[in-house]
Amino acid sequence: MMFAARIFAALLLLAVPATGLAEALRGTGNLGLVIERATGSVLIVDTSARETLGRVQGVGDLSHASVVFSPDQRYGYVFGRDGGLTRIDLLTAKIAGRVVQAGNSIGGAISDDGELIAVSNYEPGGVRVFDARTLAQVADIPATGADGKASKTVGLVDLPGRRFAFALYNAGEIWIADLSKVETPAITRLTGVGKLPYDGNVTPDGRHYLAGLFGEDGVVHVDMWQSPLRAERILDRYGHGEEPLPVYKMPHLEGWAAIGDRLLLPAVGRHELIAVDTRSFAEAGRVATHGQPVFAVARPDGRHVWVNFAHPLNDTIDIVDTLTLKVIHRFAPGPAVLHMEFTPRGNEVWVSLRDADRVDVYDAATFARKGQISAQKPSGIFFTARATRIGQ
Amino acid sequence: MWPNAALALIATMAAASAAETAPDPARLANLVRQDCGSCHGLTLKGGLGKPLTVEQLGPWDRDQLVHIILDGIPGTPMPPWRPLLSELDARWIADRLKQGNLP
Repeated sequence: MMFAARIFAALLLLAVPATGLAEALRGTGNLGLVIERATGSVLIVDTSARETLGRVQGVGDLSHASVVFSPDQRYGYVFGRDGGLTRIDLLTAKIAGRVVQAGNSIGGAISDDGELIAVSNYEPGGVRVFDARTLAQVADIPATGADGKASKTVGLVDLPGRRFAFALYNAGEIWIADLSKVETPAITRLTGVGKLPYDGNVTPDGRHYLAGLFGEDGVVHVDMWQSPLRAERILDRYGHGEEPLPVYKMPHLEGWAAIGDRLLLPAVGRHELIAVDTRSFAEAGRVATHGQPVFAVARPDGRHVWVNFAHPLNDTIDIVDTLTLKVIHRFAPGPAVLHMEFTPRGNEVWVSLRDADRVDVYDAATFARKGQISAQKPSGIFFTARATRIGQ
Repeated sequence: MWPNAALALIATMAAASAAETAPDPARLANLVRQDCGSCHGLTLKGGLGKPLTVEQLGPWDRDQLVHIILDGIPGTPMPPWRPLLSELDARWIADRLKQGNLP
């Protein structure tokens, strides 16, 4: 008994950092990071208390940024525009490692075993892979398309089996990299998939990878359960030859809406979402929206999808009922709604209002505002529950 | 859907022409950094879109830049900003980018 108590006391001492947030023992399952895009800083937030625990500065150019989390939900990996990959300790609110691994980046992913961080680059293109603990580079995958030119990469996601999928923006290809032997990555190349894939994502079961096309009306689908892998066009010519509207912000497929046997996807250059039946991959309906959707984020139970819009209609959120495919609530929380993130069980949703320097917290059932947090030009909001989800 | 979109565009075009005589530096600087910055980077060093640095823009004269800002580049994600910006706004932006002195 005495012995056990001593061990417990020793473990307690080890577990409590000398400085920072964790003056008492605490978990990280209800924490998250909010990107402050203009100041290159991130806020560490507590989603239960609806408050900020700390700010970490020196994270570089975050004009486009995304985050993945370690399996223990203690570390957030921030992918910055300037090629910076920063490992942030949520318990101590400190940078626990940082490399500037490229000239210009768009995002990244963490392998299913939590050991590898892959980063998708614009400059010099391709994907680079890092040890998640040390941030030492362990693989470099240049993305040279069938045309022989180096390509920017987009839509990088993790897949089961220490694999990653991504799209080649310039070359119009989708690559699947198997890093089960990291020193010799095995690449499957799917070529000629369509013009200018701008983003991609995988369904929460890790099965269906979809990439949106900017250069033509259509979406590319790869069923990761099939062998050999094939890229198939879906929603072909969804614009039916209509002139697309100007696109003032690229749609994002990250955090997309996968509900039961449906996906809701933003249509490029159109004020609508397109519903896709995931059994047939045929169109299953459309939702007319306030503007051009940027994010369509499903409440974790799939009952509603919250949608924000491109400039200049970006002060508004539409909430779509996923049974009827109708907008059931439309409201304008403030200027420049950039991102929405649900708490893990979906009871609340956090909304970043870039031009109001504020993050609002809404009740997901009543749509009433329950709190607000000051933030400097906030953009992406990422909660640690993402650590447990494929493709996030 | 189309009537809504058209009305929204008409409303923003009306707002833009009302601003014809007076570019608003604070509004335009925020637009360039935050909204153009979505593709070109907050520091304008590039992203999906090309860098908008003084060196990058060197070969282009102001009128060419104004034309690209207002009418976009077909076949690329660069959209026409004419529905949202006046000629004077575009000239102000082009000058500031060429000189590298965006507020």
